[in-house]
Amino acid sequence: MANPNKAKAESGIMRWVDDRFPATQMMQDHLTKYYAPKNFNFLYLFGVLALLVLINQILTGVWLTMSYNPSAEGAFASIEYIMRDVEWGWLIRYMHTTGASAFFVVIYMHMFRALMYGSYKAPRELVWIFGMTIYLALMAEAFMGYLLPWGQMSYWGAQVIISLFSAIPGIGPDLAQWVRGDYLISGITLNRFFALHVVALPIVILALVVLHIIALHEVGSNNPDGVDIKQKKDETGKPLDGIAFHPYYTVKDLVGIAIFLFVFCIVVFYFPEGGGYFIEKPNFEPANPLVTPDHIAPVWYFTPFYAILRAITFSLFGLDAKFLGVVFMGGAIAILFVLPWLDRSPVRSMRYKGWISKVMLALFCISFVILGVLGVLPSTEGRTLLAQACTAMYFAFFLLMPIYTRLEKTKPVPERVTG
Amino acid sequence: MKKQLFALLFALLPISAFAAGGASVPHSMDPDLSNKESLQNGMKLYVNYCMGCHSMEHQRFARSAADIGIPQDLVEENLIFSPDLAFNDQMQIAMHGEDGESWFGVAPPDLSLMSRLRGTDYIYSYLLGFYRDPGQPLGVNNTVLEASAMPNVLEPLQGVQEMVCAETDQPVKGQSPDPLSGKYQSCDVLKVTQPGAMEPDEFEEAIYDLTNFLAYAGEPSKLQAQALAPKVLIFIFIFGVIAYFLKREYWRDVH
Repeated sequence: MANPNKAKAESGIMRWVDDRFPATQMMQDHLTKYYAPKNFNFLYLFGVLALLVLINQILTGVWLTMSYNPSAEGAFASIEYIMRDVEWGWLIRYMHTTGASAFFVVIYMHMFRALMYGSYKAPRELVWIFGMTIYLALMAEAFMGYLLPWGQMSYWGAQVIISLFSAIPGIGPDLAQWVRGDYLISGITLNRFFALHVVALPIVILALVVLHIIALHEVGSNNPDGVDIKQKKDETGKPLDGIAFHPYYTVKDLVGIAIFLFVFCIVVFYFPEGGGYFIEKPNFEPANPLVTPDHIAPVWYFTPFYAILRAITFSLFGLDAKFLGVVFMGGAIAILFVLPWLDRSPVRSMRYKGWISKVMLALFCISFVILGVLGVLPSTEGRTLLAQACTAMYFAFFLLMPIYTRLEKTKPVPERVTG
Repeated sequence: MKKQLFALLFALLPISAFAAGGASVPHSMDPDLSNKESLQNGMKLYVNYCMGCHSMEHQRFARSAADIGIPQDLVEENLIFSPDLAFNDQMQIAMHGEDGESWFGVAPPDLSLMSRLRGTDYIYSYLLGFYRDPGQPLGVNNTVLEASAMPNVLEPLQGVQEMVCAETDQPVKGQSPDPLSGKYQSCDVLKVTQPGAMEPDEFEEAIYDLTNFLAYAGEPSKLQAQALAPKVLIFIFIFGVIAYFLKREYWRDVH
């Protein structure tokens, strides 16, 4: 039965709607009476930006699909058809390719913000887990989308990554073949990746985004102080340190969106190749199963994990190096899921954590960036050593967290947010 | 606000990567898409000298003509040789890939995207890098692409270029420059030994134009992008300023 206390419009068409659908109630729950802490800093912008980029990807993706030809014979030419013969096709495509990289930029900043201010800690564990699942789905989405232009790097990048499945003992080779649908990457693989990229994964991602936001709005947003603003409320039940998401954060986010779009458009119009990182040069040549490019590097947003994969050059416990690399690479992502239970600190925000946490987070970020750089370079002995050190640091950040977060002395957390 | 901008700038800062593998590329070439005359000359050279073997299958005659300012009748009279091709067609060639393969050992690649695949420095240096080499099947070699399968089709224009021992301004490995002239001794110097239809300067300019046209053809939308960009950026800037004042007004009552 409908809740009789639901907020409803007084009269008019909104009232008619509200009697049939909780439009006014939802508007209040998620915008006009959703109270967010007033002390958000710029790191809190990236969630909204991620939503903006998601919408950009979906809209440009729909229009790309109208002219794209998902076949091994026609894919490459259809991209150039979009670039040259379709009205505004070049703009739509560059918004999509730049959007893919922008998506990972904002998502990494968004995740960094969560690490900084402990946004994953109770009661926000599910917000974090839904978010991590989005990240996982996004990686799959990006990986499959990268095959679609059917260039050399599309082809060989997919070849390398799918062959990772074959490292799994026993079922590996059959599994890789099952994923490809063929003995090698072919039009069959292209077709299934197209289906997953434009239909299946976008649905999954959208559903997860809804779950992410519902979970967030259930527990309320964290803030740079990690203070629970729901503890101090005025007589009407509004948190003293909270302000309505709309209009305060909607107008503030508009400013951030303008700045983001300014930078985004500079890339789209002047540097769409992103220095060879957003669109890799070998991808201007159609896929050729008979010619391997000199140097295969995944797109930049995957390179930290690729570097971890390559860093494992030794066998352990009877597992061979290649499989172990896959295990470490998978582990590097999987360990993020249990982060809420690794952090035993009594405080959320880095502002009140001890120095060990601060140093560990800094080292973690540096290692992640170094791994990212190493992932695009051909490996040498020295670079492999560096990658191993950074991999060790990456895992140490998580695995030692239960120890150092309990050990260190934290600062007292204020009762109210500090501006 | 400044912080936001800088954070984004740094996050998006492009660093150049994936340079063309290994080959020595002695010349650099910056395309100038605003130089219509150069692009027109480049297209003329392309159609006359390259398109016998190299298609540009993603680019249409009509698009090129419109972008670089050649009237349709001139294109139809002077630049379309095949009776099978019309003004709106893509710049296809009559030669089959298999024929190319049997004649040259490798099918001449399509050049629509060559400028984006290899870069203009590479193309420019390659076209200037042919020299006589009797040891090669076609009698020519190339400094950029060793044992290139391509015959030097521009030799009538350039004249015969040979690799000779001479003084050069280019530094030579393991050699210190002559203290008086500041020059180096090298046996890898390219020199035109029999003049062609063009003077060396004239020829270099022609190669510039040809490379310029290939740069245009690799990404014809660049002209549109450069025309549209300022308008979009100004719009976003004004939008941002208005949004900022709107934000300031709303946030007046947040303490």
